[in-house]
Amino acid sequence: MDRDTRARINDFSLKIGTVNGTGSASANGLLMQAVFRMGVPVSGKNVFPSNIQGLPTWYEIRVNSDGYDARAAQFDVMVAMNPKTHERDITEVRTGGYVVYDSSRPLDEALMRDDVTFFGVPMSKMCVENFSGARERLLMTNIVYVGTLVALLNIDPEVVRSLLDEKFSAKPKLMESNEVAIRLGYEYAKEHFDCPLPVQLETSNGTEGCVLLTGNAAAALGCVYAGATVGAWYPITPATSVMDSFQAFCSRFRQDPETGKNLYCIIQAEDELAAIGMVLGASWMGARAFTPTSGAGISLMNEFIGLAYYAEIPAVLFDIQRTGPSTGMPTRTQQGDFFEVVYASHGDTKHIALFPSEPSECFYMSVQSFDIAERFQTPVFVVSDLDIGMNDWMCERLEWDDDYVPDRGKVLSAEEIEGLEKFYRYMDVDGDGIPYRTLPGVHPDGAYFTRGSGHDRFGRYTEDGDLYKEVVDRIAIKIESAAESVPAPEMRPAEGAQIGVVTVGSCRGAVIEAIDRLADEGVAVDYMRVRGFPFAESVEEFLQAHDTNIVVEQNRDAQLLRLLILETGIEKRKLESVRDYRGFPLTAEFVLDGVREQLGLIATEVG
Amino acid sequence: MSQTAKPVVRHPRLRKNAVGLTQRDYEGSMSTLCAGCGHDSITAALVQTFYELDIPPHRAAKLSGIGCSSKTPAYFLGEAHGFNSVHGRMPSIATGANAANCELVYIGVSGDGDSLSIGLGQLCHAMRRNIDMTYVLENNGVYGLTKGQFSASADIGTMSKRGIANDMYPIDPASLALTLGATFVARSFSGDKGQLVPILKAGLRHKGFALVDVISPCVTFNDHQGSTKSYAHTRDHSTEVVHTDFVPLRGEITAEQAEGAVTAVTMHDGSTVRFRSVSEGYDPTDRDAAYTNLREVQGRGEVATGLLYIDPTGQDMHMFENTVDEALSTVPYEKLCPGSEALDKLQNRWR
Repeated sequence: MDRDTRARINDFSLKIGTVNGTGSASANGLLMQAVFRMGVPVSGKNVFPSNIQGLPTWYEIRVNSDGYDARAAQFDVMVAMNPKTHERDITEVRTGGYVVYDSSRPLDEALMRDDVTFFGVPMSKMCVENFSGARERLLMTNIVYVGTLVALLNIDPEVVRSLLDEKFSAKPKLMESNEVAIRLGYEYAKEHFDCPLPVQLETSNGTEGCVLLTGNAAAALGCVYAGATVGAWYPITPATSVMDSFQAFCSRFRQDPETGKNLYCIIQAEDELAAIGMVLGASWMGARAFTPTSGAGISLMNEFIGLAYYAEIPAVLFDIQRTGPSTGMPTRTQQGDFFEVVYASHGDTKHIALFPSEPSECFYMSVQSFDIAERFQTPVFVVSDLDIGMNDWMCERLEWDDDYVPDRGKVLSAEEIEGLEKFYRYMDVDGDGIPYRTLPGVHPDGAYFTRGSGHDRFGRYTEDGDLYKEVVDRIAIKIESAAESVPAPEMRPAEGAQIGVVTVGSCRGAVIEAIDRLADEGVAVDYMRVRGFPFAESVEEFLQAHDTNIVVEQNRDAQLLRLLILETGIEKRKLESVRDYRGFPLTAEFVLDGVREQLGLIATEVG
Repeated sequence: MSQTAKPVVRHPRLRKNAVGLTQRDYEGSMSTLCAGCGHDSITAALVQTFYELDIPPHRAAKLSGIGCSSKTPAYFLGEAHGFNSVHGRMPSIATGANAANCELVYIGVSGDGDSLSIGLGQLCHAMRRNIDMTYVLENNGVYGLTKGQFSASADIGTMSKRGIANDMYPIDPASLALTLGATFVARSFSGDKGQLVPILKAGLRHKGFALVDVISPCVTFNDHQGSTKSYAHTRDHSTEVVHTDFVPLRGEITAEQAEGAVTAVTMHDGSTVRFRSVSEGYDPTDRDAAYTNLREVQGRGEVATGLLYIDPTGQDMHMFENTVDEALSTVPYEKLCPGSEALDKLQNRWR
């Protein structure tokens, strides 16, 4: 038996398999937060079913003192709480790893592996003895494994206690139950097992200046800070928590102190078709408005997106991507909406898109998207995904510049309208492709007709081909000119590198980790992460500077790669592709394998 | 929707309203609809309504979807912003616009194709949210722009111009609105401006969603013998069940004193709507009775007209959303951004 008994401090991964609807989420959150509070960088991935209660669900925690936060490819410790998935869960533990399970009922002999250590803890039995009521017994079983892990992984019990204090200060009864459950698990482990394990935690200072945050909460907070007042939406996984968070932040920050009335309006629409309509109506009136949705919702919104593009109405759309096509796998992640987003709607259209990679970028890009939407008078997409949006990420504390002034774009005031000889909505007065806008209710001379039908530069209906062309040509110039206003690509040049690795969004962590490991092996590659569309000139420059660019993304059809071919002058032969689209967050191992294969390097063995 | 500006000829002695404007100031560009189209009469009624209510045109917002009816916002209130949206989705634009700016007067114009097929869902939800707007449904039973197909409001047995009878049950916007809890339900006829104008006035002053279903004959595709939405058929079969006068808050009461029982309903802004029952004992504040009456009249092959139902006490969207009184679009940014200190404090909870 090959047992790895060397101590691995602050560098391991843990997976917990439970049944959804049993309260495991709060137990897992408690574990994550405890590791974080001990100053050890940590990331969590929730792998959950599209279901309310009774189906398997997993939570993966990766502890890594270097701050690598990509999904772990293998697990050192498995907490196997769901008998229905025991077989699969036990198989996923690495050789020399550990399985913690509820031994109230014996584990199937056939599942035993002799290269893994099993820790049976009679969790339900202890809960039956110590708690009353079916619900509490069920919930506390999950807290018992937290206690066991506190002992096995050397989690600081004081940290756990203070977290419970904060969480349950107003609920002494719950506090007591949780403390009892933690103690049961902890003491059982101390008594029966050799604690701590070689994989263990040690207090560190690696999380200073950081917070734990989901991308959806961060995006919603960005909307609050950007001054958005109208949010319209239709519930959809994985975007729902954007609006839930916006509501929570608004309850805190957006109540008029004098009247107690709301300085915001959230409308749960009847469908996505209406949600985007409401956003356009509000934006037309001059409010900052947004809608959070996923790819399926964008499909429904297409017609209005085209209208907003052509009639030049600002709008902010958050696309929290999930696995498509159609309903797809609603609780799995993917990057399959690039085509859909940038060319949404019929006719010639092209849309501005921003691609965050983690929650803090969701916050900043959320704010920026409103500025860009109003500056360019067009819909702007913030293209996130389920992994970024719903998982807990460690990121640097968000900062806010109190001198920030929103860019409301070219909107004429009543005085400015008064001073004009005549106002024409779609006239390119400044030669930058961006016309002036007026808001309803401001001045009679500012009135014009907003329409999705053919119009000329004066804003009048037209069926004259030349007059039509003049307007759509100007809009094309306007959108292209946004290329240098969207976030610039993130670059990491490496000395002597001949190869470029290009990626986008939530692939970032896995790609950077893979590149670092390649560098350790003596293979230097330049890194570029695209952060905005239309592509900035620097994107093409990077591609042209390498004979081979390997594009890493999470969709079947190499959508980013194809967009680069379509939208830059790069030759197809200079681009290679590495893709994972199975619905789970990307791992560094997958990227490493893919890049090595593309480079013709012999793949080293990966566990 | 080609646009032809109307020549500006101003008679020096044209009467001005309280905001110093003449009725001409409430017009828009020239209509491009067929000569004799019912929609143009409704446009004229809207011009008169806004003028007589002294609403500055730029303080109104006019919205529409797609179709002949949806072209008409170009033909009135030239100084108001207009939004010609996508097919059937005008209510969502109006909802968002109203959410952002509750201070304007919202007038939506739609048709039976736009409202009762693709837009049926949005129409229902606008009523459910009681959006503060007047929604004029110019109802002619056919699709005009695509050359005369039946719409969802076509009556059973009505004949198309090609001689085909409709067999499907119509969707009646007025009974739909009554069952959905709409707070203002009216029906009129484009050929009866005397009835339509007071209804439109009351609708614009109603705090909430005012549905005004107007039978508006299509002279080109649905004005023939055998059509139940022709001028002749509508004249012969419309039954005014309740007569409406609108008395503005500070206006002089010029409406002729009606005979019979008069019910006065005070509107949100203090103006009054006076009803005179034409049908015996008609109570426009009784939803169930209004519905029963509507069905009875329908059963006789007639069309009930008038302000059929009103509930001036209903909450509009802003009331149940508890939004501030001023337009959200005008709230200064400083009041909206919590600032760096609040962000710092908030993040302390995320450790």
